[in-house]
Amino acid sequence: MKAYFTRAYTISASHRLHTDALSEEANKATFGKCNNPHGHGHNYRIEVTIAGPVDVETGMVINMATLDSVVHKEVVERFDHMNLNLDPLFAEKVSTTENLSIAIFDLLSSALKPAILEKVRIEETENNFFEYSGG
Amino acid sequence: MILLTRRATFSASHYYWNSAWPEEQNRAVFGKCANRNGHGHNYTLEVTVTGAVDLVSGFVVDLKWLKDVIEREVVDVYDHRHLNLEVPEFAETIPTTENMAIAIWKRLEAPVTAAGGAKLSRVRVYETADIFAEFRGEQV
Repeated sequence: MKAYFTRAYTISASHRLHTDALSEEANKATFGKCNNPHGHGHNYRIEVTIAGPVDVETGMVINMATLDSVVHKEVVERFDHMNLNLDPLFAEKVSTTENLSIAIFDLLSSALKPAILEKVRIEETENNFFEYSGG
Repeated sequence: MILLTRRATFSASHYYWNSAWPEEQNRAVFGKCANRNGHGHNYTLEVTVTGAVDLVSGFVVDLKWLKDVIEREVVDVYDHRHLNLEVPEFAETIPTTENMAIAIWKRLEAPVTAAGGAKLSRVRVYETADIFAEFRGEQV
């Protein structure tokens, strides 16, 4: 029986949407308030979904303690109360939540192996959310 | 394709224990959830069905009917119960959130399908706002 287990984590981080590929005016026009030079922040809610057979002995797709420890090490410790733009992953990429979803999916999908990461879904605010399932 | 979801809540107690294992292994794998006196949650259940929209009613299913099916098949059996001790499917199977999603699917699949209009698409069980499991009827 294949099932899906999801656990949500919260991080608080600052960022600024800006790219050196555009002029100052073009950055302002594209990113609006998010281009404020001093940055701003969010409480990001990150849902991590693991897919797989339910283990007959444990009744679990994945042990939550294992999932928690990987996500804390790879994501929470790395990004919580940090400035996303200063992380090497965003040295060349705009720290949009689209790119954050992809970055977190890639970090977790290798660290969680052999478990199968199905999806990363990030709520930047209650009204904005982003999903990435790889590929 | 139209998907329609009905939400329900119930409160129940449970614990995680594999009787084939020694106590130390149960404690190592299940942690606090292995406390034999049990603990409880306010569960939120989301039942999603899919089907054709009826030309006359505009419904995939009558939500009141779906609510009644969920109440009768799941909530009446699980609410304010100890899942391990009082719900038959968990006499031998650990009532993890994953197994609950599968068990609820099994309880609902026949009655939902029997009505003729819709079929079950997804069962999602929230143990807390931050932990949930989903079953979509996939056998592999």
